[in-house]
Amino acid sequence: MIILALLLLIAIFAPLIAPYDPTQLLKTETRRDPPCIHLFGCPEEKAQHLFGIDGNSRDLFSRVLYGSRLSLQVGLVTMSFAILIGTIIGAFAAYTGGMVDNILMRIMDVVMAFPSLLLAITIVSILGTGLINALLAIGIVSIPRFARLVRSTVLSVKELEYVQASRALGGSSMHILFKRILPNAITPLIVQGTLGIATAILDAAALSFLGLGAEPPRPEWGLMLGEEKNSIFSAPHLVIFPGIAIMLTVLAFNLLGDGLRDALDPRLTRSRSA
Amino acid sequence: MPQFIGRRLLLLLPVLLGVVLVTFVIVRLIPGDPCITMLGERATPAKCEVFLDRYGLNDNIFVQFGRYLINMTKGDFGESIRFTRPVSDLIAERLPLTMELTLLAMLFSTVVGVGLGVISALKRNSFIDTLTMIIANVGVSMPVFWLGLLLAYLFALVLKDTIFVLPPSGRFTAGASLQDLAVYWGMTDLTGFKRFAVEFMSNTALINCIFTGDWHMFWDSLKHLILPAVAVGTIPMSIIARMTRSSLLEVLGLDYIRTARAKGLIEKKVIGKHAFRNALIPIVTIIGIETGSLLSGAVLTETVFALPGLGTAMVGAILARDYPVIQGFTLVIALIFVVVNLLVDLSYAYLDPRIRLD
Repeated sequence: MIILALLLLIAIFAPLIAPYDPTQLLKTETRRDPPCIHLFGCPEEKAQHLFGIDGNSRDLFSRVLYGSRLSLQVGLVTMSFAILIGTIIGAFAAYTGGMVDNILMRIMDVVMAFPSLLLAITIVSILGTGLINALLAIGIVSIPRFARLVRSTVLSVKELEYVQASRALGGSSMHILFKRILPNAITPLIVQGTLGIATAILDAAALSFLGLGAEPPRPEWGLMLGEEKNSIFSAPHLVIFPGIAIMLTVLAFNLLGDGLRDALDPRLTRSRSA
Repeated sequence: MPQFIGRRLLLLLPVLLGVVLVTFVIVRLIPGDPCITMLGERATPAKCEVFLDRYGLNDNIFVQFGRYLINMTKGDFGESIRFTRPVSDLIAERLPLTMELTLLAMLFSTVVGVGLGVISALKRNSFIDTLTMIIANVGVSMPVFWLGLLLAYLFALVLKDTIFVLPPSGRFTAGASLQDLAVYWGMTDLTGFKRFAVEFMSNTALINCIFTGDWHMFWDSLKHLILPAVAVGTIPMSIIARMTRSSLLEVLGLDYIRTARAKGLIEKKVIGKHAFRNALIPIVTIIGIETGSLLSGAVLTETVFALPGLGTAMVGAILARDYPVIQGFTLVIALIFVVVNLLVDLSYAYLDPRIRLD
């Protein structure tokens, strides 16, 4: 939680914390210069660059800070999209049942038959490269997970007495679905969504790393790694810092997801106290 | 058991058909005229007519799908636009490396993951347990390509004067190459599936070296795969370690384990024979699910280590808009994923006899 809170603060206050604009070319600086920190003995007459200078003479620290904005947006946007569409498909399939349910679930099975990142790569190849298309691709491949989750929740509660009672009282299908049934799915959706954000950030970074996602000069962590991958032996700092940023962000969401699951799953709480 | 296998195979058919349908539709979804998309600036009305005829794009969509299915069963995935070579040739050339990498990564993730998970469960709440879970949590959060770069830096540069030095890129040491098995075995005039199979084995470096008895080359090719395999296998290893730990802990608390201990069985047998076998089902499930992650990881890692596998070819094909290659490769990877998950399904029946009877 602390990492995540810190990350959120960094993302919100990036313009205040960052010493430079993330796309500003610093013409007086040498390309791929290692970090210069006055506290650690870097001469005072040299400008301070905590993470060094990248291959285009930009301040890497500022770029990594701004990258947090992009990564959080990526995670939240793709998961919101996948949860929304997945919920609609899952709820509709379970509530309608029969043939519609069968067809929709087989489509979900087929999407899940592809390794998710590879399907995302293929979708990007159709839509064209770019961050928005990459997000759309990651969102699409994440839909089945949520559709299945919502479907199983709806199926498990739709015949319960309180739902029957609501139906007997004349509640419309929409009212029953959204007010009586779907609230049951919110807890597992939050847990899966949080873990999904971590995967989405990793996948988006991977697509950008391959040159299929964010385009230069955007300060995207995966893109920074992709651009500087060949500098690993001569300027390792250009690879180390963006990588640590991705790792910490993904770790924060993974830990939050695990924590939420433990806290919200009564079965786990019981077994822990036993 | 045969009935169980039969049922699972039948259930697989609609998914396989769906996978084929998706790869077929994907190419048709590309906006714009396929001729202009594929030929680009070279597209003229005359050339387009020839192109559409050649690829059968003038026919009815159902006829096209039927032909696609029939061709596929014959191993014909079309022709690469970029290389003007059959896609099946490219698959025979590129897939072996990706499979070797995936299998080695799977071996690493399973052996290390299960090992760490078991130690962690047996030493619950100890320093080792905490350390293992920290490794697992950090491991699962690391981008594959980043870990690959760090490993290359560590083993090729930092440790370059030690015995731990490993090559940072490439498939073999410069100048080395594999023998052609068809030539080695004196097989000429190979056609069809036989040619594909021999070519496939010939390009599978580790198998090729075993057949030809070239152990120097075997070690050389294995050495080039160690770092990529560790990079690809780290995320699945972390997930397997966590799953093994929780699964084993759950089983260790059950009554029959207490019974086994009460009747005086030695701890090694209680864990190895009674607890572990029952903890295996969720572990095997995770190994199956993680195959997807391994295949995706292989694609990314090949780029980092400059390995000529399916991944690098696929990224190249996407950037060059070489659709038959994208289509063929996606299909092959999905088929591998589906088959591995089928094998996982079948292994349940072996591990838990109750499942066979369902």
